[in-house]
Amino acid sequence: MLKNEILKILESDARTTPEAISRMTGGSLDEITRIIKGAEADRTIVRYKTVVNWEKVSNERVEAIIEVKVTPQRDTGFDAIARRVYNFPEARTVYLMSGTYDLAVLVTGKTMHQVADFVSQKLSQIDGVQGTTTHFMLKRYKEDGEVLAGTEQINRQQVVL
Amino acid sequence: MPVETSLNRSMTSKAVKAIKPSGIRKFFDLLAGMDGAISLGVGEPDYITPWHIREAAIYALEHGRTMYTSNAGTPELRQEIARYLSRVHGLEYNPLGEIVVTVGVSEALDLAARAILDPGDEVIIPDPSYVSYPSCITLAGGIPVPVPTWEAESFELNPKDVAKAITPRTRAILLGYPANPTGAVMPYDKLAELAIVAERHNLIVLSDEIYNRLTYGVTVPSFASLPGMKERTVVLNGVSKAYSMTGWRIGYAAGPKEIIAGMTKIHQYTMLCASSMGQAAAIEALKNGEPDIQAMVEDYNHRRQVMVSGFNSLGLSCFDPRGAFYAFPSIKSTGLSSDEFAERLLKDEKVAVVPGTAFGQQGEGYLRCCYATSLPQIEESLERIKRFLSRL
Repeated sequence: MLKNEILKILESDARTTPEAISRMTGGSLDEITRIIKGAEADRTIVRYKTVVNWEKVSNERVEAIIEVKVTPQRDTGFDAIARRVYNFPEARTVYLMSGTYDLAVLVTGKTMHQVADFVSQKLSQIDGVQGTTTHFMLKRYKEDGEVLAGTEQINRQQVVL
Repeated sequence: MPVETSLNRSMTSKAVKAIKPSGIRKFFDLLAGMDGAISLGVGEPDYITPWHIREAAIYALEHGRTMYTSNAGTPELRQEIARYLSRVHGLEYNPLGEIVVTVGVSEALDLAARAILDPGDEVIIPDPSYVSYPSCITLAGGIPVPVPTWEAESFELNPKDVAKAITPRTRAILLGYPANPTGAVMPYDKLAELAIVAERHNLIVLSDEIYNRLTYGVTVPSFASLPGMKERTVVLNGVSKAYSMTGWRIGYAAGPKEIIAGMTKIHQYTMLCASSMGQAAAIEALKNGEPDIQAMVEDYNHRRQVMVSGFNSLGLSCFDPRGAFYAFPSIKSTGLSSDEFAERLLKDEKVAVVPGTAFGQQGEGYLRCCYATSLPQIEESLERIKRFLSRL
C-alpha cells in the first residue's frame, strides 16, 4: 500500500525527495528510504526519467516508429529477433505487437538520413526480418501522459471565497 | 427633524452598508502585480475540470443546447442530483419539487436565507466560518449570531453553546462542515446532538456541504440524513469543489418542498436559471466523476500532510484538518495579530495567506492557508515562512 503510494508519487515527479514523501504519506523517513532502495534494486523502479520537449530547444532530432514484420524462430519465437533489435543503441523502445506487424521499434536520430541508414543497413539485414515500414514523427503532442503542445494554463483571478 | 428624501439620502441601502468588505479581498489587492509571490489565499481547486466533463459541455454547445432551461434546472440534472444524494448519502428527494439548481452554492445559500427569513430573524453560525455567511444573512434581513468554536474542541460547533444562543427570534442554524476556513468536520454524535437542539427549538438547518466529498480518512454524513432532519434541513451543495468546476457555477439545494418552492420563486425572478452548458457538464460530473474525486482527494491529502506537518515543524501549531483544503495554523506564539502577520508576510516574503479574522472574531491568532496549490509552491512557501519567523 505505502509502496504503491511512493511509486505513484515518484512516477509523477521523480525529483520528490524521500523527506517530502515522508511528509506526504506520513511514513517514516527510514521506511520510505528502504522501500525506494528495494524498488530500485529489484527494478520495480527502472530509471528516473525526464520528459523533455525537444522542440523547445532544437530541431536536430528526428524520431520514427518502424513497423517490422518478422518470421518467428523455432524455440525462441519472436524473442531472439527482438533481442537483436533492441541491442542496437538506435532502438530506444521495442514492443512486440499484435495485428498486422510484429515489432514496433522507436528510433531517434539526428537526421532522417541517419534513421534511414539504420533501417536499411541494420534492421532490415537481420535474418527473419521480412519487411519494414518507417513512419517519421512530425510532431509530439503528448508523451508519457504529459501534453507537450499547447498545455493548459491555470489562470486564477481575484475572487473571494 | 430632517426628512430623508430620495435626493439627500445615501445612494446605497442600509443592508449594503451593514455588510463589511471581505477581509480576503484586501490581501488579493496587495498581491496584485507582485512578482514571484506565492498565494495560499485562493479557496479553489488548482485542477482544470476533467476533460470528459468539459466534453459534455462542448457536446451540448455543438448540439445547439444554448437556450434557457426550466427555472429549477433541467429535469435530467435534477434527476442526477437525486440519484447522487441517494447513492452517497442515502437521501431520497423528488427531483420535481424538492431540488433546485442554482448558480453555484452561493446562490443556493442566498436563496435559502431569503426564502426563510423575515426581518430580524436570527441565524446561528459557527465562528469562524465562511466569509459570506454573515453578509448573506444580513442582506436577507436576518441577524447573524456567531457561536464561537475552539481549537481545543477541534473547531466543532458545540450543541450546548448553540442551545444557549437560541432566542425567540432564532430561525435557523447555518452549518458549513467540512469547514472553510478551519478544515474541521463534525463527528456524527455531535451532529446528532445538534439535531436534537434543532428539533427542540423547531429550527431550520441550512447545511452547506460543498466540501462534503473532500475529506481525509473520514466520511461525513449529510445533515439531512440524520433521523428526523430531512424535514427541516436544506442541503446546499454543488459541483465546484469536488469536481473542480468552480467557474461553471452550478450548485443546488435539496430540501422540504415549501422551502424549495420559495427558493425557486426568488431564483426565477433573479437568475431565471443556471447556464444550460454548465448543467450539461454537471450531469456528466455527477454520473461519471467519481474517479476524479478519488484522484484529487489523494493528491490533496499529500499536500495537506506536507503543509500541516510543515507548520508544526516551524512551531506554528496546526490543527489537523480532515476536510476541505485549508490548513488553519495558530500564530499566537509569535505575538502578532493575524492581520499584522499576514500583511508582513506578504510584504517581506511574498506569501499570501488570509488572516483568520476574515472569518470571524474567533479567527484571531490564526491564518487560513489553502493547500490546493502545487507541492513545490507549498514547500517554497514553508521555507519563506520559516525565514520570516526567524526574523521576528
